[in-house]
Amino acid sequence: MTNLKGGLSRTPVYGIVTLFAIFAALPFFWALITMFKEDSDLYTPANNPFLYNLPPTLEHLELLFFRTQFLRFVFNSLFIGALVVVITLVVAVPAAYSLARLTGRWGEQLGIAIFLVYLVPPTLLFIPLSRVVAILGLQDSLWSLVLVYPTFTIPFCTWLLMGFFKSIPRDIEEQALVDGYTRLGALVRTVLPLSIPGILTVVVFAFTLTMHEFIYALAFVSVSAQKTISVGVTTELVRGDVFFWQSLMAASVLVAIPVALLYNLFLDRFVAGMTLGAVKG
Amino acid sequence: MAIVETRGLRKHFGDVAAVDGVDLASKEGEFLVLLGPSGCGKTTLLRLIAGLEQPTAGEILIGGQVVNGLPPRARKIAMVFQSYALYPHMTVFNNIAFPLKAQGMSPEERKKKVEWAASLLGINRLLHRFPRQLSGGERQRVALARALVREPSIFLLDEPLSNLDAQLRASARDELQQFQRRIGTTTVYVTHDQVEAMGMGDRISVMYQGKVRQIGTPQEIYHEPADTFVATFLGSPPMNLVERKDYLLGFRPEHFLPKDIASVQDKTVTFQFRVTRVEYLGADRLIYGVVAGANGESKAISRLSATLTFPIEPGKGYDFLIRSQDLKFFDKATGLRTGPKLL
Repeated sequence: MTNLKGGLSRTPVYGIVTLFAIFAALPFFWALITMFKEDSDLYTPANNPFLYNLPPTLEHLELLFFRTQFLRFVFNSLFIGALVVVITLVVAVPAAYSLARLTGRWGEQLGIAIFLVYLVPPTLLFIPLSRVVAILGLQDSLWSLVLVYPTFTIPFCTWLLMGFFKSIPRDIEEQALVDGYTRLGALVRTVLPLSIPGILTVVVFAFTLTMHEFIYALAFVSVSAQKTISVGVTTELVRGDVFFWQSLMAASVLVAIPVALLYNLFLDRFVAGMTLGAVKG
Repeated sequence: MAIVETRGLRKHFGDVAAVDGVDLASKEGEFLVLLGPSGCGKTTLLRLIAGLEQPTAGEILIGGQVVNGLPPRARKIAMVFQSYALYPHMTVFNNIAFPLKAQGMSPEERKKKVEWAASLLGINRLLHRFPRQLSGGERQRVALARALVREPSIFLLDEPLSNLDAQLRASARDELQQFQRRIGTTTVYVTHDQVEAMGMGDRISVMYQGKVRQIGTPQEIYHEPADTFVATFLGSPPMNLVERKDYLLGFRPEHFLPKDIASVQDKTVTFQFRVTRVEYLGADRLIYGVVAGANGESKAISRLSATLTFPIEPGKGYDFLIRSQDLKFFDKATGLRTGPKLL
């Protein structure tokens, strides 16, 4: 009886959650249906957009895979993403560690200052950065993005990691120093293994930030073969006023699903990372 | 084995002198206790010896060698932190083997050494567990085992018993002391607990405001305090201090006895003691009251064993006496101990 009561009293909660889930999933559902639709089915306003009024077709996927450089865009995005993640970790881990441990009260202020850099919008920053890219001769090369993306992943990830490093008791590290290790040895053997949730958070974060970045990718790269997924799909599948809707939808869904799965895999640790960073940062 | 020595050691944090000119030398194989209230600089002193802090001035010597510039790993010390600082991501075995790995010891040798240390502390059955699966007492032993495997020349222990409950602390105290006697390694032990210090230390160094106020055996510290701080910091209740015209008169509560039941042949001094409160503590009775001093009345406490059933009531006055030899005299201005005065 109490169970029933408890269940009933929670009905509004489930109701809200269900509504929200539908709200969040609907665009993906719509995209998933649309990607297999015939043009004449899609462009007839009388047709129900959520049903196949004509048999589904694979022709738009064929367009996407064989008549655009979609796979190239995906590869570019993954390549840039992986490199940026590595660069971010190489810079942010020691930076966050030293800010958290070595500079005392200044560390906190510096950490906040670094985080503020992240808040400067790319719509402003791309102007001076385009000069930098031009001077280095990296226009129309994905290396320009490998260079530029760390400017926003490093500040944010440093700030996030600072919270993690601060949560690790100093005693443990000092014990490692007494036990015969150098500071670097202590960092590698005690602090880093204990910061794995934080480091995973940073990996996921840096990777998704680069995956959905648009402004820099649009501003610095205009050669098809060097484009990332976010720019490539929108520029190659919107030709003048012709929108290749089904292929656009297919491209979004095919990229979104692996990212969603990746997030799901680390969801708990990711949330822990976010809240820890928020409290301790 | 080695001795540890500090010469004119200072450590300043900004304007605060956490350690303010400490000269200290342990003896070979000694159990030396650094005792003092929190914030007196005892932990900072220990961290200086360990190399976790750099001194502002002065020298630290371990085994006769100045180690000021050496990192902690090169000082041949082992330290047990108050929190035990076990590595949470390693099993007990790996925790204990961790310092051996740093020495580049082979896995077989490591295993042998870990098992030796574990059996010495009776924790063989815990080797596969993680620190979170251990009780407080077990964690303390793991931390000790990890300190032990390095075969250090000095043990540094920072309040290792303060995380244990009262009952466990008493047995751990006993075990720790026996353990130290058995391995015979010079040990510097930091605590704010006078019972621990008195019970375990070969010698006690009492610290206050960054300075060593007195160093001596527990008996010396208790019976012959060098100043009023030491006199009132040790002992529960602390030494009574009665103000006289140009000095302070000190005596321990257990030496302050009712005249009618004291059967002493020695020379004594008698006080009129007006009782304000009586506390019954089972084995003892604490009698709170006032005696006449130079500037009016001074508070005093007498501790009577429960076997003395002499009736004492609050509000009444009694004659209490102290043997002259149990009286201590302190300078009023500096608080330092002086020679006997004419009463």
